[in-house]
Amino acid sequence: MDTRGGGNVKQLTIISGKGGTGKTSITAAFASLAENSVLADCDVDAADLHLILNPAIKKTMGFHGLKIASIDKEKCIDCKKCYESCKFDAIDKDITFNKDACEGCGVCKYVCSEGAISMVDRDSGFAYVSETRFGPMSHARLNTAEEASGKLVTVVRNNAKDIAEEKEKDLIIIDGPPGIGCPVISAITGVDLVLIITEPTLSAIHDLERILGVANHFNIPAVVGINKYTINKYNTRKIEQYCKERGTDVVGKLPYDVSMTKAMVKEKNAIEFSDSDLADRITDMWSKVKRRLFE
Amino acid sequence: MIISIASGKGGTGKTTIATNLALSLGKVQVIDCDVEEPNANIFLNAEIKEREDVTVEIPEIDKEKCNYCGKCSEFCAYNALAVVPSDVLVFPELCHSCGGCEIVCPQNAINWKKKNVGKIEHGVTNGVDFFHGLLNVGEIQAVPVIKALKKKIGKEENVIIDAPPGTSCPVIESINDSDYCILVTEPTPFGLHDLKLAIAVVRHLYIPFGVIINRDGVGDKKVEMYCQKEKIPILMKIPHSEEIANLYSIGIPFVKKLTGWHERFTELFRWIQEEVGT
Repeated sequence: MDTRGGGNVKQLTIISGKGGTGKTSITAAFASLAENSVLADCDVDAADLHLILNPAIKKTMGFHGLKIASIDKEKCIDCKKCYESCKFDAIDKDITFNKDACEGCGVCKYVCSEGAISMVDRDSGFAYVSETRFGPMSHARLNTAEEASGKLVTVVRNNAKDIAEEKEKDLIIIDGPPGIGCPVISAITGVDLVLIITEPTLSAIHDLERILGVANHFNIPAVVGINKYTINKYNTRKIEQYCKERGTDVVGKLPYDVSMTKAMVKEKNAIEFSDSDLADRITDMWSKVKRRLFE
Repeated sequence: MIISIASGKGGTGKTTIATNLALSLGKVQVIDCDVEEPNANIFLNAEIKEREDVTVEIPEIDKEKCNYCGKCSEFCAYNALAVVPSDVLVFPELCHSCGGCEIVCPQNAINWKKKNVGKIEHGVTNGVDFFHGLLNVGEIQAVPVIKALKKKIGKEENVIIDAPPGTSCPVIESINDSDYCILVTEPTPFGLHDLKLAIAVVRHLYIPFGVIINRDGVGDKKVEMYCQKEKIPILMKIPHSEEIANLYSIGIPFVKKLTGWHERFTELFRWIQEEVGT
C-alpha cells in the first residue's frame, strides 16, 4: 500500500462511496483547470477517465497480482493434502483447481510432498503511462476476473508519483473507485485531501456517511461536493446540514445538467464543452479544493 | 433460480432493478451483496430482526514459544506479518486467513483469534426475505462478508442478488453460480465501456445474461447498437425521467407509484425463467 505522503507533490483523491455520482466527470473537468498536475485513474476495475482524456500511451507495464497455483498432475499422488489445507476452496477433492478462487497464498505448494505444485505469476493486467491534452496520465487495466485491484491501484499511484517528480508537477489528481473496501483504501492512503462527490439521494447520503467514516478512520482530510443538487433540494439541505454538524466543508454544489452527459458523448469534459453555469460552478469548486490543498 | 444484478459501472441502477423486480414478484429472497455500500434496504424498508457478526481468523503469536526465526513473515504472501528483533507484528487487515504461518512455524507459536470484519442483517418485508451485509468501516476485504451472505441463499426459493459495482473479486464472489445475470447500464460512453467489461466477466463465468438500459434517452444509441450486433437481449429500457429520479432520491421503488411497471417486471421474470429453463 502506498503511504508515501508529504513532499512537494500534493495528492487529491476523488471518491464517492456510491458509484455513478460523477467522480470521473468531475475529475476530467479538473484536468482542464489544474495547471501543473498528473492525472491518475485508480478505478482500475472499471476505468473510464481515458474515454474523455483520450491518452496516448507512452509506456506499458505488465502487472502481476498475487501468484497462482499450478498443479502438475503427473507428479500428483492424490494425497489430498492440498485440498485439505486450502482455505479458499480453490482445490476440490478430485484435485481440480479453481483459478478464480485461488488467492495465491502458497499453502498448497508448501504441503505438497511431491513437489507437484508451483506458484506462478498471473498476468493480471497492464499499467500505462500516457500523455493527454491536459498533461501526463497514469492508468491501468485489470484483466477479467483478476484479483488484487488494490495492488494495481498502488502501482498506478507510484507511477503517477514518479512522473510528478520527474516532470516537476505539484499535484496528482486521483480518480478513485466506488465503495469503501480494498481499492478505495489503496487510493486514499497518504493523500493530502479527499473530495467526496455525493448526490441528494438517500442512497448517496447513506454511502457518504460510510465513506466519511473511512476517511476519518485513516485521518485523511475530506471535503464534500454535491453533484446534481437540483434533483432534490430538500436532501441537498440535509447533506449540507450533516456536513456542517461534522465540521466537513461543502466545496460546491453542481446542478443537474445534461451537458455533463453530452460532453461525455463528445469525449470532452464539462469545461471544454460549454461555458454554462455548470462550468462556472465546477471552476469555483476547483478553486476551493485548490485552496485547501495549497494553503 | 438465482438472478444476479450487476453492472461494471457504479450508479447505473442495479439496486433500482433488484428492488423493483423483487417487489413486483413478492415471495422472493433478496440478497444485497454490495457490502461496502448496501442500499437495497433504503427501498425495501425491511425491519431488521436478526443480526450476526462476520469474523475472520487472524494469527496471534505466542511470544513464549516464538523464537523470531522469521519463517512466518517470509511465507506470508500478503505481508501481514513482520518479524523484527524480539517482536512479531501482525497487520490484521492484510491477512487473508490462509493458515500458512501456522503451518510453517517450527515452534508451534501461532494461535488464531477471531476478528470482526462486518455483519449480516435479516428482515422480511412485503413477502421479500431480505439479507444484506455490512463491511466494517476501515476494513479492506469484502469477500468474507459476501461469502457469509451467500450461505443464506435458500435452495427452494427464487433469489435476487444485488451485486457490487466493478469487475473484480467482490463481483465474482457475488454472481458466481447465478442462473442468470441482468447487466444494468446507461446509454453513455462510460456505460458502454463498463458494460463490455461486465460482459467479459459473465462470459468468463458462463452465466447467461441480458441487458437493461436505464436512463434511456440520456446519451447516445451506442449501447443498443452494440447489443444488437452482439445479439445480446435488451431485457428492458427505463426512460430517463425526472419522476423516476425523484422517487429514487427519496427511496421509493417506482413500481409502487408508476403504472405498468409491475407487469413489465413480472413479465421479465417469466421470460428469464423460460430462458434458463426452470
